[in-house]
This record gives sequence, C-alpha cells and structure tokens, in this order.
Amino acid sequence: MTIEFPIYQMMNENGQLVREGDKERLTDELVREFYYHMVRIRTFDRKAISLQRQGRLGTYAPFEGQEAAQAGSALALGNEDWVFPTYRDHGATLTFGANMARTFLYWNGRVEGCVPEEGKRIFPPAVPIATQLPHAAGAAWAEKRKGTKNAAIAYFGDGATSEGDFHEGMNMASVFKVPAVFFNQNNGFAISVPIEKQMNSETVAQKSVAYGIPGVRVDGNDIFAVYFQTKEALGRARKGEGPTLIEAVTWRYGAHTTADDPTKYRNQSKSDEIRQTRDPLMRLERYMKNEGIWDEGWTTQIQNQITEEVEQAIREVESYPKPKVDDLFDYVFETPTWTIAKQKEEYFQLLGGEA
Amino acid sequence: MALKEEQLSASIKTKNMTLIQAITDGLGTMLEEDERVLLLGEDIGKNGGVFRATEGLQERFGQDRVMDTPLSESGIIGTSVGLAVNGFKPIAEMQFFGFIYPAYEQIMTHVSRLRMRTMGRYTVPMVIRAPYGAGIRAPEIHSDSVEALFTHMPGIKVVCPSSAHDAKGLLIASIEDPDPVLFLEPLKLYRSVRDEVPEGKYMVEIGKGKKVKEGEDVTLIAWGAMVQVAMKAAEQAEKEGITCDVIDLRTLYPIDRDIISESVQRTGRAVIVHEAHETGGVGNDIVSIINDYSFLYMKSPIERIAGFDVPVPFFALEEHYLPTSARVYHAIKKTVNF
Ligand SMILES: Cc1ncc(C[n+]2csc(CCOP(=O)(O)OP(=O)(O)O)c2C)c(N)n1
Repeated sequence: MTIEFPIYQMMNENGQLVREGDKERLTDELVREFYYHMVRIRTFDRKAISLQRQGRLGTYAPFEGQEAAQAGSALALGNEDWVFPTYRDHGATLTFGANMARTFLYWNGRVEGCVPEEGKRIFPPAVPIATQLPHAAGAAWAEKRKGTKNAAIAYFGDGATSEGDFHEGMNMASVFKVPAVFFNQNNGFAISVPIEKQMNSETVAQKSVAYGIPGVRVDGNDIFAVYFQTKEALGRARKGEGPTLIEAVTWRYGAHTTADDPTKYRNQSKSDEIRQTRDPLMRLERYMKNEGIWDEGWTTQIQNQITEEVEQAIREVESYPKPKVDDLFDYVFETPTWTIAKQKEEYFQLLGGEA
Repeated sequence: MALKEEQLSASIKTKNMTLIQAITDGLGTMLEEDERVLLLGEDIGKNGGVFRATEGLQERFGQDRVMDTPLSESGIIGTSVGLAVNGFKPIAEMQFFGFIYPAYEQIMTHVSRLRMRTMGRYTVPMVIRAPYGAGIRAPEIHSDSVEALFTHMPGIKVVCPSSAHDAKGLLIASIEDPDPVLFLEPLKLYRSVRDEVPEGKYMVEIGKGKKVKEGEDVTLIAWGAMVQVAMKAAEQAEKEGITCDVIDLRTLYPIDRDIISESVQRTGRAVIVHEAHETGGVGNDIVSIINDYSFLYMKSPIERIAGFDVPVPFFALEEHYLPTSARVYHAIKKTVNF
C-alpha cells in the first residue's frame, strides 16, 4: 500500500524541486506567502506555550512542526469554503482568517474563542475526536444542494481514523458525492499511542479505497505538495467529483498538550533530528536561498511585524472584559426555558446578595 | 448478590494515599488476584493514563493484561462485552467521562441488557472507569457530569467514591460484581483528598451510602466532589447552631434508600447537592425516594442545589456553573426557615 500510495513530494529536504515542470507554478509571491504564514503561526504557537508556562493561558495544544500541513492546506481554500478544525488546527484557522486574539481566548477557557469572524465559515474546534467529519460532509452536502462551488475541509489526526465518526463521515460524503476534503495530519502519534498500534494499515490514504474516493499521501512538511494537492482535491470537489482523503505525513516536535510529557512514550531525539532535516520552515528557507529569493531584510521585517501582531493580540486578550455570568445561561436556547430562567434568576439573586 | 463490607480491624495495615493512588492500588490488587482481570483503554499502558491512574501497571503485568487500544470508545466497550461474555473481566477506561458518548450505543443497547436479553445465559461482568466533573480548568467536554444518562438505563450499576478508602473498596467490589458497573472518578478529588487505605483486597459494598457527618436539623445528600461542598456548607451552618447530617451516597444506582430514610425521618429536612444538571438529575430520584418513604416526616420542601441546565461551560465560567457552599448554605437556611 505504501507503493500504491507513495508520498507525493514537490520539494526535497534540501529545498530542491523534485520535478522540473513545477517551477512555473511557484511564483515568488506565492513562496513568500507560504513563508509568511508559517512564520506567523509558529510565532503564535511558541508564544502560546510560553504564556501557558507563565500561567497566563490554560492548557494548550501545540502544533510546531505541522505548519506546512496547516498553512498549506488553509491557503488552498477559497474564502467561502468551510473549515472544520480540531483543537490543534488553529494554525490552519489563523491562516484562513480566524481572529488571533480570539484564538488566544479559546485557550483561556473563553467560549468567545469559538466565535468565527463575520463572513468566515469556521466551526468551533472539535474536541471529541473525529466528530467533525460528518459535519464537514453535511456542510459540503448543503453547498452541493445549493448549487454553489464551495467546499468543506475537515482536519483530523491519525488517531481519529479509529473512531466510528471517521468512517461514517467519509462514507456519507462518498455516497452523496459531496464537495469535501478530509485532511489528515499523520504525526505518528495519538497522545502516547504510535501509529503501528493505532491501525494495521500502512497508510491513512489507503482508507480511501474502502469508500471509493481518491486518496493521496503527501509530504506534510513540504508546503508546496500540501498546497497543490489540496487545491487539486478542492478542484475535484467543486467540479462535482466528490470528496478526497489527503494524508499529510508530518511530525509534531512538542507534547500532545502542555499537560503532557512526551518523554514517557516517545524518543525525543528523533524529534530533534526531524527538526534538523525535515522542518517545513527550514526547508522552504533552503528553497528560497537556492532560488535566490531569500531576503534577510524582508524576513526580519515580517518577523517584527508578526511579533507585534502577536503582542497586540495578547494585549487585547489581557484587557478583554471579564466573562459575563449571563453568558452561562443565555445561549443554550433562543428563548430560555423556564428552568434556565429560574436558575439564572435565583443565582443572580444569590450573587447580588453576596456582593 | 450483595457483597459484604469487610470490617477493618486494627490488625489490617493501612497506607495514606490519594484517591488516584487508591485506584491504582485497587487495579493492581485485582490484576494480581485474578488473572481474568484485564485493563483496556487509550494511553493507559506506557503512558499510565493521562491522569496516571494505571501508572506502572503495564510494566508490572505486561501488555497482555494492560492494553493500549486504538482511539475508539465504541470499540473499547464493544470488545469488552465480547471479552466479558467469554471469560474475562475487562476494566475499560474512558479517558474522560465526556468521551463516553461514542460508546453510549454499546452501553445502552448491549452492556446493560445482555443478561436480560439472554435470560442470564450471557452476562457482562465488566467495569467502565471514567474520570469526571468540573473544577480543574479542563477544555470543553472534559468536565461533563452526566451520570443520570446511565442511572436511567436499567442493567448497569453506577458508583462514585469520594474518598481514597472508598475508591479502592468500591472499585474492587465493582470488579467482583457479576453485573456491569460504571465507576465514576471525581477528577477534582484525584489528588486533593487523602486518607487511610487498607493494603490488599477489601470491599466496600455497592448500594450503600456513608454518613460523613452527624447532625439533627437538615440532611445533606451528595456524592463525588460535591461531598466536600456539602461539608463546607454544613460547617458554616453549624456556626449558627444548625447541625447537618451529611450523606455521601457513594452509589447512584441502586440508591441506598435506608440511609436516606433514617436521616430525613430524624431531621425532617433535606438538601440534595449534585454537580450534574438539575433537570432529570439523580437528585430527582432522591426526592422521589423521600416522598415514597418519608413524606409525613418532612417539615419543609426538599431543596436541590445542582449544576444549572446549561452545558458545562468553558472553564472561564466553570466556578459559576459548579454548586458552591454558599448556594448550599442558602438552601439549608431556606429549609430551616420554611
Ligand atoms: C472521543 C474522544 N476520545 C478521547 C479523547 C482524548 N484525546 C484528545 S486528543 C487524543 C489523541 C488524538 O490523536 P490524533 O487524532 O492523532 O490527533 P493529534 O492530537 O495527534 O493531533 C485523545 C485520545 C477525545 N478528545 N475524544
């Protein structure tokens, strides 16, 4: 199956294109955009970890190492497409246009962090594993019925492929031939469980066979490969050719979350080695240097700009008004039931009495 | 078949442990004692579980006894059914109670009714362990407290300890029970309570509550992390000369009606405290039990202090969701001043 589903790569670890013809697809502008977004989300991610360590953020799920998979796939989307992320895909949602301050808020236990920007079709992060796949199938189905050219993308990890919802979502999407892309980030681990213990199939991509849809396996650290394969899948979706399963083979350097200790179950030296050889940002940097489009001044400038953007978002979050207790009660139904209304009234009486 | 609580004599050695250590100890004791006992769940092996409840057990008993499974709750519970009918005693861990929903179908349609469906020919002697409850600033869904979804389904017992001693004793009783048991572990108490835990095998009887404080004026009934909230309110009330009987229910199905009746018939007042949502909560069954057995003894309406009828919120608001001792105290006063 690894032969039937070879890893699709456009750029090797030294930052060289593996096929001649690909050159003209890569304008300098596009390459810079890739680089910018990967630096941006990496900066966000590192900052979030450091804030968590200082007690200024709750438990956080890092993604460093997966920037090419997340930014590359998100950049392939159209503005009207739907995004169904997990708790780890804020790199993708930020690239797609999620608000940065709100993304921090999410990690501070604020429900406001789930509310997408006006006009952006981003679902709240799916915390129960694999539950977002059927949603993506449904939203895509709606687009199909409405006769638009829009699609939906669902993000999920390798562990998610063991859940029933993964299979149910893929099957529904394929039976109804909906414009969905199932974007898997295979980072080799679901918390402590390595992929060999998660499944007996050699690849995630081959699971597409069972559903009669195209499956592709891409080098998830090669942003060119991720971007163009996602574009292609979206193109098929928009033409009415149904869903695609993409397996982006990648690696996350850090812990599952800031509450976890990977050294208990994982050899971290492999992680360090991957950082030296396959890191998505370093690889793109090598490419840019090879192509003579590396510009020290420009990279310093965007890094400064991004640092300022992140700092600004943090200032915004830290001066955000305290959560309103009303929010606990007011969004459960359009009109609160008498039970909720009574509970709210009594609770506010008690709060008032105490104050 | 009811299990007898073994008397703790002075000769039994005890050790001071946290609630989670008591659970690890109970699992170890039973893996040692009965080779049919198996542990399965996500990340329970090498990682020792995300809370370390199974820490060291795979090392001690091997990968055939303590098994990391794929990420598949329905698969974990469904295969446990097959293992249980075929001679094993599986103990399945749900990583968090809120992630039991994918397994709900297996529990509702098979775990709880296989005995009935086969007139006792097949039985499912398994335990489902699940950490639950709010108050630890966990992400969404991780803090759900939906025990009532399971007490409503006949065929499965529901147990919820609030001390280390009871955790180990009830866990062992659950493993020994011939029927399936849902074993709820209050996350908030995992490391915040410690008490003396006997070494080796002992059982705390399923279906029996425990009096954790004696009083005359009001009966407080709670379980899990809410026992401490009730205790705090009782201490506050005591300063004003109101004394409370505090009952830790320990088992939510079947409920110990005797301990409730004995107490409310003396006090004539009751306040039920649970962190799960009020509507359809286990508190309502307790109200019914009081109504059925002690109606004429009551001096005031029964009060319920529960989580609100809203999904357990993101953690920035969880302190407002969770019942506080202030709310319980307020309810105590209400019953007394009725
Ligand atoms: C239904 C369900 N079960 C268990 C969990 C706990 N949990 C959170 S993340 C995770 C591992 C997920 O692994 P994978 O799908 O590979 O994604 P990754 O976190 O590696 O990105 C588990 C078991 C959950 N969130 N939902």
